[in-house]
Amino acid sequence: MKYAMKRSVAAGVVVLGIVALALPATAAEILNASYDPTRELYQEFNKRFAAHWKKTNNQDVTIKQSHGGSGKQARSVIDGLEADVVTLALAYDIDVIAEKAKLLPENWQTRLPNNASPYTSTIVFLVRKGNPKHIKDWGDLVKPGVLVITPNPKTSGGARWNYLAAWAYSLKLNGGDEGKAKEFITSLYRNVPVLDSGARGSANTFVQRKLGDVLLAWENEAYLSLKEFGADQFEIVMPSLSILAEPPVSLVDANADKHGTRKVAEAYLQYLYSPEGQEIAAKNFYRPRDPEVAKKYEGQFAKVELVTIDEVFGGWKKAQASHFKDGGVFDQIYKPGAK
Amino acid sequence: MALRLKQPSVLPGFGLAMGYSLLYLSLIVLIPLSALFVKTATMTWPRFWSVVTNEANVAAYRLTFITAIIGASINAIFGFIVAWSLVRYEFWGRKILDAIVDLPFALPTAVSGIALTTLYAPTGWIGAYLEKWNVSSLRQSLDAWWLPVFEKVQSLPAGGWLSWPLPSDLTIKAAYTPLGVTIAMTFIGLPFVVRTLQPVVEDLDQGIEEAAASLGANRFQTFRRIIFPRIFPSLLTGFALALARALGEYGSVVFIAGNMPMKTEIASLKIIQRLDEFDYAGATAIAVVMLVASFVLLLLINCLQWFSSRRFREGA
Repeated sequence: MKYAMKRSVAAGVVVLGIVALALPATAAEILNASYDPTRELYQEFNKRFAAHWKKTNNQDVTIKQSHGGSGKQARSVIDGLEADVVTLALAYDIDVIAEKAKLLPENWQTRLPNNASPYTSTIVFLVRKGNPKHIKDWGDLVKPGVLVITPNPKTSGGARWNYLAAWAYSLKLNGGDEGKAKEFITSLYRNVPVLDSGARGSANTFVQRKLGDVLLAWENEAYLSLKEFGADQFEIVMPSLSILAEPPVSLVDANADKHGTRKVAEAYLQYLYSPEGQEIAAKNFYRPRDPEVAKKYEGQFAKVELVTIDEVFGGWKKAQASHFKDGGVFDQIYKPGAK
Repeated sequence: MALRLKQPSVLPGFGLAMGYSLLYLSLIVLIPLSALFVKTATMTWPRFWSVVTNEANVAAYRLTFITAIIGASINAIFGFIVAWSLVRYEFWGRKILDAIVDLPFALPTAVSGIALTTLYAPTGWIGAYLEKWNVSSLRQSLDAWWLPVFEKVQSLPAGGWLSWPLPSDLTIKAAYTPLGVTIAMTFIGLPFVVRTLQPVVEDLDQGIEEAAASLGANRFQTFRRIIFPRIFPSLLTGFALALARALGEYGSVVFIAGNMPMKTEIASLKIIQRLDEFDYAGATAIAVVMLVASFVLLLLINCLQWFSSRRFREGA
């Protein structure tokens, strides 16, 4: 009895030793900190990348995913979540990681093509079947009696894109008049009955609780809702102008170097730009950058005039400071006595 | 015996226990809290003041404190009734009911938040009912009852009994209003009151109640003079716990609140918003305000409790 136990303990120790020796030699592990709506995309992409890496480098790689609000994820990385790569909703959130925690160089966005955004998306309207309120464009959102569902831009990255798209529309309509744009955005948010804290929360409010006439949503999220709940309940409306959302990706240098995963993490991000990666993005309703893949999926994405943050707002830092910071334009909308 | 030895005690001596208590409290409570103050201290006074007195933040403190106090008060009353029923009566399913009381503790807060929102949203089971059952229909049904009676007694102005003070199209909305916030805060606070009252109600000697009755006290007098003074300190404890929990609640409230600036934003949401802006110091400033205000409030409740239990012991 005693002997048998001793033997099994010894066997266990040997097995553990082999596992401990074998793991670092053959397998790599990277952590990708991403935002909420990319779950489905990276589930598929990670599998394909692991297979690709095994074939080209004969090494097993496990990719762990972490999802959450984009700002929250950035904060987690700053506070010590050891993500090797970040794939977030807006460049500002990665800027902050570079600025506050110095985990990556400040010029991170120039290290990969296309502003380090392998895929893009935009903001569209999801309306109820038959479009009973005849919502065609941004101008229809400020009409009395139209209820608009969008999350709180203070807590949601997606909501900031919604807000800035509406602002860009009004600027264009009124020849760049900021005062008019402010009036427009104020009357738009007067029609918002609930400000959920995140994009998924707003989608729930609109889809499950049936509140509101129009949901401002990521294009890929809108398509997912259609796929999930059926085209017999909702329709997607493309406004005349929208914003080019460029969700950026980056290596977190300090973490990758610490884990010795720089090579595989860099390859992981580059694979997003490969035809296979682009195809997976397109299948998950993200607009691909690769012209050939884009051509193949042309029918899936409506053609629309897309403006960029850099053109209209002079970059994320400026947009953040003038609109969403404490006392910014968004806060002024809700000041008592504001029009 | 001239030499008084230390009183024997079951657990090891005072020094060890006290040392452990201090270490434990420091690690778990005091160090994190002092970090809060240290972080706030990185701000300049004018900046601290501008964050703390920011209009939206002030509106958030007001909403949080008012709804938390209302929620805790509702719990104090109904929690007492629940505790009383659970202890004093034997009925089928009592054990199950007893277990249900703890559910608000056990559920992840986000789950209860989403469940409450689903129920109380205008499309939810309860929300839809409230929406239909608005004031004008309430008034109509009241009028249908009262008007014939009153018209017989005296002539009333046309339009009915409740007509002018209330707008007729006022519907009752629960989700996305302060009422919704109050409901969520009541939900999460219930177990505190019930669980603090149960042992006390169990300890009440029914003989004293019988004695009071035999000496000619009516039910109200027995309750006011015999039962209430005994349960009051524990009721206050339960109230204070429920209040403290409601003040800091986030998960179960954000979904039902609607988060409209100046109207239905709670203080914890304002803190999260600051964090999302990477304004750590601003977040801690709001937290410090909440902490100090809660501390003062809880201290007041403790004083009241101490005062009332002393008065009770002195037999006043």
